[in-house]
Amino acid sequence: MATSPSQTAMPTERSQSSRVLDKAFVWLTGAFAIGVGFVLLAIAFRVGTDALPAIQKFGLSFLTTSRWSVNDEVFGALTQIYGTLVTSFIALLIAVPIGIGVALFLSEDYLPPRIKQPVVFLIELLAAIPSVVYGLWGIFVLIPLLKPFGIWLNTNFGWIPLFSTAPSGPGIYVAGIILSIMILPIIAAISRDSLVAVPAEIRQAAYGLGATRWETIFQVILPAAFSGIVGGIMLALGRAMGETMAVTMVIGNSNSISPSILSQGSTVSSLLANQFAEAGGLQVSSLMYAALILFGLTLVVNVLAEIIVRRFSLKL
Amino acid sequence: MASPEFATALNMKRSSMSPRTLFSSVMTVITFVCAALALIPLVAVLSYVLINGASSFRLSVFTQLPPAPGLTGGGFGNALVGTFLTVGIASLLSIPFGVLAAIFLAEFYRDTKLAETINFLTNVLSGVPSIVIGAFAYAFVVLATGTFSAVAGGFALAVLMLPTIVRTATESLESVPRDFRQAAIGLGATRFQTTVQIVLPAAIPAIITGVMLALARAAGETAPILFTASTSRYWVRSVWEPTATMARLVFDFATAPYKSQQELAWVGSLVLVALVLVTSILSRWIVRKR
Amino acid sequence: MASELQSARKTETVFRTENLNIYYGDFLAVRDISIEIPKNKITAFIGPSGCGKSTVLRCFNRLNDLIKSFHLDGKLFYHDQDLYAPEIDPVEVRRQIGMVFQKPNPFPKSIYDNVAFGPRLLGYKGDMDELVERSLKQAALWDDIKDKLKAMGTDLSGGQQQRLCIARAIAVQPDVILMDEPCSALDPISTLKVEDLLQELKEKYTILIVTHNMQQASRASDRTAFFNVEANAKGQRTGYIVEYDRTEVIFQSPKEQATQAYVSGRFG
Ligand SMILES: Nc1ncnc2c1ncn2[C@@H]1O[C@H](COP(=O)(O)OP(=O)(O)OP(=O)(O)O)[C@@H](O)[C@H]1O
Ligand SMILES: [Mg+2]
Repeated sequence: MATSPSQTAMPTERSQSSRVLDKAFVWLTGAFAIGVGFVLLAIAFRVGTDALPAIQKFGLSFLTTSRWSVNDEVFGALTQIYGTLVTSFIALLIAVPIGIGVALFLSEDYLPPRIKQPVVFLIELLAAIPSVVYGLWGIFVLIPLLKPFGIWLNTNFGWIPLFSTAPSGPGIYVAGIILSIMILPIIAAISRDSLVAVPAEIRQAAYGLGATRWETIFQVILPAAFSGIVGGIMLALGRAMGETMAVTMVIGNSNSISPSILSQGSTVSSLLANQFAEAGGLQVSSLMYAALILFGLTLVVNVLAEIIVRRFSLKL
Repeated sequence: MASPEFATALNMKRSSMSPRTLFSSVMTVITFVCAALALIPLVAVLSYVLINGASSFRLSVFTQLPPAPGLTGGGFGNALVGTFLTVGIASLLSIPFGVLAAIFLAEFYRDTKLAETINFLTNVLSGVPSIVIGAFAYAFVVLATGTFSAVAGGFALAVLMLPTIVRTATESLESVPRDFRQAAIGLGATRFQTTVQIVLPAAIPAIITGVMLALARAAGETAPILFTASTSRYWVRSVWEPTATMARLVFDFATAPYKSQQELAWVGSLVLVALVLVTSILSRWIVRKR
Repeated sequence: MASELQSARKTETVFRTENLNIYYGDFLAVRDISIEIPKNKITAFIGPSGCGKSTVLRCFNRLNDLIKSFHLDGKLFYHDQDLYAPEIDPVEVRRQIGMVFQKPNPFPKSIYDNVAFGPRLLGYKGDMDELVERSLKQAALWDDIKDKLKAMGTDLSGGQQQRLCIARAIAVQPDVILMDEPCSALDPISTLKVEDLLQELKEKYTILIVTHNMQQASRASDRTAFFNVEANAKGQRTGYIVEYDRTEVIFQSPKEQATQAYVSGRFG
């Protein structure tokens, strides 16, 4: 600390109390900062302990059986885990190519900046619309809109197991599509950031060697931005797996596994949304077990995403 | 001099039918289509919410209680109050928590291993599904107090908002120029004085915009509310009883069989979307102005 | 067609410009450029910062086309071919006229892939390993890195990176190489290496080089164009060529007062 004349002239008592205050303040903020990490631990711990009775009773068979009977107190979440994975997969299948396409569109110079900025903003807005609003829109607009398409798929391609059931309105494919809409802005935004971060010099070098725009994109820009894009996709996957309301409202919430994406199903999060409020006893514990699985799944995906994104941002 | 190996390089004339040019054109068209495809759902969702919401809109929706099943009229006055209440409780819990943590991360332990670890955990926390946070709040508050309540809902939303607040506040504090701090410290101010009197005031506008966005998002969150605040058909009398919220009401009425309730779900959606839209545009405008 | 151009490449004048005016939007950046660039010689562009040396250089391989506001009038001939004629594909132009940039800009790929990038684009059918080796040798980099061709190009030192960029540019065996201050990011030893390299390269290629280093221009080049910049009535600073001649003339007995002042360091 600098010792200016005015400071040495100050009463020492005051500077001492202010030093204590200073220390205390740093400690206080430190406690809260560490508290943020503690919250994460608390979630894992509390959900884990509440799941313990179900873990002890069902063990790993919880993951491999699909019977969910409140009356018999037998619970297995295979249907829901399957539903979570399948809907997320459909969502990625649609959102990844379109999202990267959007990102390329917005990172190249197709649009003048005055138009580009609002478009970027609009696409980010997609991420801000509450999920329950997507669900409402899904029920009254998307489901009726997709039904003829589902029927067409079933009548013409019903021999493929994927389309082997007649669509009844809600279903896994509707959930997948609505999820794809919801994660698209994440993929687009993060991919665009990583594409824009590729140094302009590299692009010029490729053009200077006589590469066309798309040769430059595919052979230089996309490889350089690759890890950032993958990180963004992982984040989006985590979001898709945890997304609750919109999925709950359009998936049909039936406890059955079918290879057909036109059939109804449920996900871990829709199970929690439907049953928690009225649950008791071992059912609560089983729901906590399901929540723990979802927590674990998204944790792995998010940590991977975080590591990939970090590695990437350090490199450029 | 060009060697014959590069014979193709000798023709500089443009040919629109060459495979390379064709490929480029096709790819360009594809990206345009992608951009259009991404904007369609946005336009569709917004216009449906606007049209359906506005067509059933009456001012009395803000002041009346929800209609009993099968009856018409009514509103969601209680849910609006409930949303403000839960979001208010969430703010009280998460804003001081988040801002203090951010001060530590941005001012005192910037660029240290500890700060990096906490930033990492913050990002992981923001990836925890909101329904899992709901389950946590259920165990932590509902089971402990024996009742669904606005406090339980507010607690869940607070956990949900915390990482966003920490992140935006940290970024806002870090963007305050270093000169400010050096000037204050050079004058003999302590770290506490520097932070509270110089850095924080400079960062406040940015923090407020970030917090507003987080609040608007929290108001639309349904999953953590479902089995924490639960719902109610009456006006709020206490923070320790089940409380209606806008998001929950939209969910319930969207899946209800009655037309008048479905209409209220659209109006409720309009209110929620307007809330996020207005805050997003407002915060963007503030950021642009500075 | 191919034979036509091949014979065209035999003209002794590689570039000829006629009253070239170059604009960024309404801003006239460079005016009235009329010069001829001879084959298999090194031509240097010198002049104060902002006088438009890079702007002119980037016209020769149509790299300025990437800038939306850019346009020009006047004529620019490459071996009697009007380079800005509507039927000319700028991508094809850049394959014949390579470029080395001020800041070394290797791709974040291996050394090998950096050099092989251009030939692969062109669908090169010959022995790629041999071509890569030959290019790296020509760029005087082979001995440094022959054991680590799989290492990232971005992990090399600045001087090595720049030589890698030169190897990358000559791997497609261009007719001309444009260099925009290729040594400004390099230390004196690397700079000398690149200069030696230039002397070897001019046997096969025509080289245009922008430099701020007077000694480099006088040492390494055969021809020198001195650019200057002048503000007009509207306050726009437009560049132009003051004097263009053999390098000895420019440095020892320039006709213009301004050239004399600049090359002797008494400028401004
Ligand atoms: N992309 C651009 N858009 C608008 N103006 C530009 C652009 N690039 C260059 N200019 C302007 O054109 C003029 C000439 O710039 P140029 O880069 O060609 O100068 P230079 O002689 O290469 O300078 P230096 O020696 O500093 O590299 C400058 O006034 C510059 O501001
Ligand atoms: Mg320049």
